[in-house]
This record gives sequence, C-alpha cells and structure tokens, in this order.
Amino acid sequence: MDVSRLGLAAAPLPSAVPAKRCPADAIGLVTACRVSWEQGGQLIALWGCDERDRDRGYAVNVVLQDDEGLMLVEHMLPTSDSTYPDLAGIFPAANRMQRATFDLLGIASEAEDQRPWVWQASWPIDQYPLRRDFEASPKWEPGQEEYPYIRVEGDGVHEIPVGPVHAGIIEPGHFRFQIVGEKVLRLEERLGFVHKGIEKRFEGMQAAEGHRLAGRVSGDSTVAYAWAYAQALEALAGVIPSPRATWLRALALERERVANHLGDLGYLGNDGGFAFGLAQFSRLKEIVLRRSRTAFGHRLLMDFVVPGGVARDLASGDAAAMREECTLLEREIRTLRAIYDEHDGLQDRFRNCGIVTKELAAKLGLTGFAGRASGGARDVRCDFPYAPYDVLGVNRSGAASGDVAARVAVRFDELLESLRLVRVIIDAMPDATAADDLRAPLPAPAIHRTALGYVEGWRGPVLVALECGPGGSIRRCHPHDPSWSNWPVLEHAVIGNIVPDFPLINKSFNLSYTGHDL
Amino acid sequence: MLQILRQIVKTGIKTEPAPAPADAAAGIERLQRDVLRTLGRALTIRQVDAGSCNGCELEIHALGNPYYNIEGLGIKFVASPRHADLLLVTGPVSKHMAIALRRTYDATPEPKLVVAVGDCGCNGGVFGESYASLGRVANVIPVDVEVPGCPPTPTELLQGILAAIKPRALPR
Repeated sequence: MDVSRLGLAAAPLPSAVPAKRCPADAIGLVTACRVSWEQGGQLIALWGCDERDRDRGYAVNVVLQDDEGLMLVEHMLPTSDSTYPDLAGIFPAANRMQRATFDLLGIASEAEDQRPWVWQASWPIDQYPLRRDFEASPKWEPGQEEYPYIRVEGDGVHEIPVGPVHAGIIEPGHFRFQIVGEKVLRLEERLGFVHKGIEKRFEGMQAAEGHRLAGRVSGDSTVAYAWAYAQALEALAGVIPSPRATWLRALALERERVANHLGDLGYLGNDGGFAFGLAQFSRLKEIVLRRSRTAFGHRLLMDFVVPGGVARDLASGDAAAMREECTLLEREIRTLRAIYDEHDGLQDRFRNCGIVTKELAAKLGLTGFAGRASGGARDVRCDFPYAPYDVLGVNRSGAASGDVAARVAVRFDELLESLRLVRVIIDAMPDATAADDLRAPLPAPAIHRTALGYVEGWRGPVLVALECGPGGSIRRCHPHDPSWSNWPVLEHAVIGNIVPDFPLINKSFNLSYTGHDL
Repeated sequence: MLQILRQIVKTGIKTEPAPAPADAAAGIERLQRDVLRTLGRALTIRQVDAGSCNGCELEIHALGNPYYNIEGLGIKFVASPRHADLLLVTGPVSKHMAIALRRTYDATPEPKLVVAVGDCGCNGGVFGESYASLGRVANVIPVDVEVPGCPPTPTELLQGILAAIKPRALPR
C-alpha cells in the first residue's frame, strides 16, 4: 500500500519480511485501513502502548498486511480521555482487539461495543495492567463478572452454556449456544480465562531471554513464536543468523506443523466417530515427537530456536533417521488419507459441515490454513519468503469449499508438503562454516524502535512486535496469535449446524486459547 | 473396510509396558492390582487446564496414543469432575480460572487426588505469580503429587499418576 498518496509518510521498519511504519492521525488511521481493505489487505494485529514516560501519551498500533508486506500504523492519543476510531466497521476482527486494549491499557475506541474482553473482575476495573505505573495488589481476589451475552428469543429457543472447563482435554473458554431443537442459531464465545499476564511479564525482562516466554505463548506453536520473537530481536540487534541456523529453524517449524496436523487429523477422525483414525494418527505423531526428542532434546522443540540462531545442531545420524521417517510417514499418510476419503460415514460428517465461504472468509479476515481452505491464498512462507523459504520454495495449499472436509484436505496437503520440505532441508542444508554459526552473538538491541517478527506457524501467521529499552531489556512485547482473527469466524461457521457437530467444526480450526488470552 | 483391517493388522500392537511410579520400582502387575484394589475397576481422571500454554495438554493427549495406551491400564479421562477419582491440573492457575478450578475440586467426590502438572503447575514456571496468575496449583487447591517438566513427557506423567494412587493402594 502506497500511503504517500494518503498524505502519510512511511519509513522502513526492522523486520525479516517487507515492513513499514507510518504515524497517522485519526483520519489517516481510518483511511489507511479502508484503503488496505479495498486493496484486499487484512488486519493482522492491534495493540496499545503506554508512552507517557516519553511524554507521548498512548500509542495505538495497527498492523495491516497486503501484497507488498506489513504496515504498522501508529496513532498517538495524548491522554486516556481521548479515543481512537472504531476499526471494526472495516475489519470486524478489530472488535475484540480494541476491547482487550481497553481492558489492559485503559484507552478506548469510539466503538459502541465497550464490553470487557480480557477483564473478568480479577483486578479493579479502573486499574490497567499495561500502564507503566500499574501496581498489582495481593488483596485482589479472583472475581466473576456478569457478562452481557446476547440472547435469542422465540418459541423453542433455548441456551446451552459450555465451559470454561470443557469435557475433554482442552483449554478453557466459554461458549454460549442459542439453539432451537438441535440447530445452532447463534454461538457467542467468551474468552480470557487463561489470561496470565504474558505481556506484562515481558516488560523489563532481558531481551536475550525473552524467547523462552515467547515460546510458551502457545505451546503447540512454540517454534513459530520463538522464531518470530528471534526475528524481531535480531532485526533490532542487526544480526543475520547463519544459513545453517535458519535451515534448522525451518526444519523445526515444519516438524511442528507435521506433529500438529497429525494430531488434529486423528482427533477429526475421532470426532467424526472413527476411533481408528485417532489410534493411527496419534501413533504417527508419537513417532515424530520421539524423533524430535532424540535429535533436538525436546519432544515439542521448546527452546530450540534462540536469538541469533538455534540451540543445537542436527547430527548426521538423526538426519538419516528423519529421512527414513519421512518415507514411513508419507506412505502411512497416503494410506490413511485413502481410508478417510473412502469412508462414507466420515465424509458425511466432514462435508458441508461448518462452512465458511470465500466471501465471508475475506470479510472476516480468516487466516492460516483455515483461510486457505476457504479460497484464501495467504501464506507468509510464499508471500514474503523469509530465509530459508526464499530458497526452499513452498507449494501453496488450498481448497475452495470452506467446510470441515476442505480444512481436512488442506491439512493433508500441508502435511505432505512439510514432509517434502523436511527432506529438502535435510538433503540440502548448508554446512556450518564458523564456530558461532549456529548461534551468532547478539549485540545490544537498538532502543526505542519497534521491530516485527512474522512467521507462518501451523495454525497461521504469528506476529511478534518488540521494542527494547536501555540495558538490553524489553520495553514492550506484543505476541499476536492468528486465533485472534479466526475465533470470531468460528461463531459464523457453526450457524445452522447441529450442536453435535460443534466439536468437529471446532477441532477443524483448532484455535489457541492461550495465544489469544495471553 | 478391507483396507482398514489391513492397516490395523499391519500396524500391530505398539503399546509399551507402563513405567514404574516415580517413587518406587513396582511391577506393572502389582500396580494394576493396586489400582483395582483401591478404585474398584478403574481410575478416572478429570483434566483441568487452569491456565497453561497448552504444551502440557499435548503430552496428556499423548498418554492416549497406542504407545502409552493409558486406557489399557484401566485409567480413563472423564468429562465431569463428578465422575473423577483424580484431577490432573496444569498451571499456572490464572486468576480467571481460580473459581472454576475450586468448583471443579469441590465437585469431585472423596477420596479425591490431585496431580499438578508441569513446571507452571508446580511453581508457576515462566509465568510466575502476577496480577493475572496465582502461580502453582497448590496455591489454590490441595495437591497430592507434582510432576515437573516443561512439559513433562508422557512417561513422567504416567509415573506421577501412578505415584498419586500408590499410597492409597496400600492395605487399609
């Protein structure tokens, strides 16, 4: 997006993907969003920042993505009494981000919907954790708030509340179904239950240590988060990791994708009444996790990606074992895919279930593999191939029907594509040339500049915005999960479906609660 | 159908012997005997995510795969605390989950066991205690056994679960 035509001035922003930053007044912010939307752009993230210690009031940061890259639009509010324009009319996903920004920072948008989103009465409503002068009191007891759910009324309409503690081994959240018979008229989500103060925790932490916390924003995407964090910090420190280190990161990221898709394909079979699928896919996933433990010392690859590079090298024996593992997995996955495809009962559950049309996906900003299953095409690895994807070349997956079957198909395709990438990485990975090739030393990061990390995790794009302060400490870090964009879409995907199909539809997206609640 | 059966036969049985509990090297038969004696026919577990990063949940899921085959040991995950003998709780306990966790604990019939899972469940982990986090599970409900690790492996989880039921399995 060329913002100079809008009268805005953009400057390059430190990032591994093309990114710019532009300050904007209220009109500039709205115009930038509208023009981005008209040109097919998406809202990636919105968060706030307390800048009063620098006499700048508060900052509202909005990240937009279009075909050219990321644009960080920065809008300043002189005091907490001032408001900023409601962007939800342009990008519906902004609604919850705006409400969360108020809960945490006390700056409000002009939106009509001012219900709390992250706040649940566990701290006083007039205290804002992300203000720099915030002080928590041990006297604050966990509370409960009366959240104004929207009710549907009429003959035979009733309500099913579910959660926060769910029936399975799942993260906590609350779902309020309005149903008639067994048909869902409306689903309203209430999240924030696993809000554990991650953003505040980042403040003041040494930036060189922040990857451990970043890698635990959403455990199933630990590689994606640690990598996005490392990208941002490396951009501020002026470090470019060695080719071998980036290839090893990609190996870890693709293995993370393989493990998660395998796990979910098993549960999707199970939720469709086909326990055989769970037994088979969970077996394959276990093979992958055990190999990761042998090769890298951790089943989920936590703390493998570190600022400057990676924590350890891949031994040649493990590389050979991974190659064999690829052969085994590819064979098994093809067999199981044929079984899934030919199973009438399963296909009956998958097809025409939980449909998100291409139009709806575009309007609501559905992202990640779910977006690609609804006719979308964005994949950071293809659109802005950060190293080593510029060399690797990723074949984009996609489907058009937007139902559970499409999300299953895309997961199968991405699974096989990731296994292909794993092979390429193992066979063509550059050798280490210097002693510190795996982990480059990290100079002090630039202060008072925001950098962005952007990585296509298995669920979708993971963004990390990082600003450092003096002494190598973190001034502000905002990790942003693709689930922010996709949770609202789930509410639409279930409309008109039957209640028993909800677990299946939900699992087909498998969104992160912790990555969203922070 | 033939293809499904062929795949099942080809896969064979992958289940491995269960590990010894964390504190002793008792054989699996003895353990199963203990489980049966204490709990009748089976141990039922209600898992509660009280604020985790979902890493622990991934490994708890893995307990159900054919390699660990937790159901083969007579241990089953159930949908309601009212059906549970043991709560398997991951942390840190977010303030927003504290009330739900206490209610889940209260709804679990006696004698109830609690296993706190993961570094966060044991000591708050990387999240610690803050305006939003109450830290370790023991800060909110009584805990019988703690299983550290980030996340603990399925084997460590199984050892922790078996360690929790062992004292109760002694002759009374």
